[in-house]
Amino acid sequence: MKVFVVGLNHKTADVDTREKFTFNGPKLEEGLMKFKELSDVKEAMILSTCNRVELYANVSDTSKASESIKIFLSEFHNISRDSLDNALYIYDGVFAVKHVFRVASSLDSMVVGEPQILGQMKDAFELGLEKKTTGILLNRLMKKAISVAKRVRTETKIAENAVSISFSAVELARKIFTDLSKKVCMLLGAGEMAELAARHLITSGVKEIIVANRTYERGCDLAKEFNGRPVRFEEFLNEMGRTDIVICSTGAPAYVVMKSQMQKVMKERKQRSVFIIDISVPRNIDPEINDLDNVYLYNIDDLQGVVDVNVSERGKEAEKAEKIIEEEIETFLKWQSSLDSVPTIVALREKAEEIKREELDRLLNKISNLDEKEKKAIEYMATAIVNKLIHPPTAALKESSEDRDILTATIRRLYGINDEKDE
Amino acid sequence: MGVILFELALTFYFAATIVSITELFKSTKITSRIMFSLAAIGFAIHTANIIFRYVTAGHIPITNAHEATSFFSWSIVFIFFVLQFRYRIILLSSFIMPVVFILMLSSSMLPREIKPLSPVLQSYWLGIHTIFAFLGNAAFALAFGIGVMYLVQEHYVKSKHIGGLFERLPSLQTLDEINYRLITLGFPLLTLAIITGALWAQSAWGSYWNWDPRETWSLITWFIYAIVLHARLVAGWRGKRAALLSIIGFLTILAAFFGIKLLQKGLHVF
Repeated sequence: MKVFVVGLNHKTADVDTREKFTFNGPKLEEGLMKFKELSDVKEAMILSTCNRVELYANVSDTSKASESIKIFLSEFHNISRDSLDNALYIYDGVFAVKHVFRVASSLDSMVVGEPQILGQMKDAFELGLEKKTTGILLNRLMKKAISVAKRVRTETKIAENAVSISFSAVELARKIFTDLSKKVCMLLGAGEMAELAARHLITSGVKEIIVANRTYERGCDLAKEFNGRPVRFEEFLNEMGRTDIVICSTGAPAYVVMKSQMQKVMKERKQRSVFIIDISVPRNIDPEINDLDNVYLYNIDDLQGVVDVNVSERGKEAEKAEKIIEEEIETFLKWQSSLDSVPTIVALREKAEEIKREELDRLLNKISNLDEKEKKAIEYMATAIVNKLIHPPTAALKESSEDRDILTATIRRLYGINDEKDE
Repeated sequence: MGVILFELALTFYFAATIVSITELFKSTKITSRIMFSLAAIGFAIHTANIIFRYVTAGHIPITNAHEATSFFSWSIVFIFFVLQFRYRIILLSSFIMPVVFILMLSSSMLPREIKPLSPVLQSYWLGIHTIFAFLGNAAFALAFGIGVMYLVQEHYVKSKHIGGLFERLPSLQTLDEINYRLITLGFPLLTLAIITGALWAQSAWGSYWNWDPRETWSLITWFIYAIVLHARLVAGWRGKRAALLSIIGFLTILAAFFGIKLLQKGLHVF
């Protein structure tokens, strides 16, 4: 029984690859069911966002599982094995647990501390619960990951970072434009941070949202969510003329807007100011565009600079978060090892032995006129009762069956031998 | 009496200027209230001074360089209050009150005696022509102040070094729009001043246009602002370029105003 993670994110794969791997809409459910049916996978969960696709599983044989998951991915998405091997990272055991905790706490995000990833993880978990693809291990892992993320959020200032970045974007927009309620905002590509910034702009009353995404369907979903209007990605330049604020995070490997194109756009909009926020890494907008009159281009580092949290402080907060994660990994591993049958059998025996001893002592103290033989007989009987009572559970535990994890957990709960308090 | 009123107005403007400059470093509701009260009292006394001179002289008191400069500052403060009443532009005073004070100071250094008016100037055109001219120039003065504010704010946003006045200065769009409004207010006033000037010249000297230095410079100023408006409407010269042009325009006005006085003599008395 091992936590197993196979995935790819913005660091290991470019946007084109990520998009190929995405499980969106109905594909998510279908993919999840197929993933669960793999022979070496006991529990399954899929997290699919703009910046990452991750498959979580409970497996016993990691090498077999990794092979079958790779085959599943390449068949499901129609991707060659080579490109698969280059993009994927694989973790098991402690490393997998750590990875999941870091993702949930937004330490692995493109913009560290952005809060949306936790919600996405919760959604992925809920789908797993609904489709009954998760079980004792992943359920526990997810609950723990969520509580770890909450701890990180309250005990460190990591979340403030991302929130203040998007607030500072709004603040800047307010210093460029008088009235945001008359302004049109375009989301170019999607990503957690872009969505966060867009959300803040919407609450600040932006008039209209245009969504241009490479995958048109995903753009439509986003547009619906924001009450906006989807346009095809190829047509976004035509919309730039009437767009006042652009939030770009297409994740393309090269610039999607060049200086000469922007010059044309500025002419079309009679030099009315444009505020462009380029969240993408690598940059998607030619930085030289900032040299054009009335064009204000900010990338994520610029916004970070505006927030003015100094870098070393941010580093300290991240360290604090990593420490919290280390602590939590330990408690999780403790719980997980308790699921092994041997310690459970031992604990069960000890518990039974303890009860027997207590009851015998009490009885023998009350009745003092017993001779040795009688005492022996009573003790013998007590032992026999205890042994007969705990024999079936220990036998079941020794038997290596499919549901042993569940059985172990159940027995520990029924006999009250949980060494750790559940939250 | 008139002298005392003038000195008092100058003093209040000076105090208002000092407060408005300190506001660049720290402004609160109280400092801005103090600034406004000082400027308003100065303006009231200044108005009384002008009325006093009007009554004493028996005609519109804009007939020499002292009076003209004084009336110029009065017009700027007047439009400043109108603008503040309408838009409440934080920190505008810091960029305008120093201009007002410098104009008043130079006015105070010019000869103040009321001389009998030469027959040529004795015309109803005197009031109409000068009031148009100075209100127009005052609008350009405010456009200048707003233009400077624009450049400061633009610098913050463009260079990404947010700090200093960034938080308190209005948005670029607001500044640009007010700048545009002021120029669309100043331009027709200047045009009217030139037209009434020409009509007056015709009745006084028998010719509409005499190429005297004041006329020439007015025409140059007129062209500068015509370009500001034209470029904005046709080529979309807004924002930074419009701000720069409105600064250049006002500096031209100032240079012409004082330069002509110092260097050459023309038909105009000031």
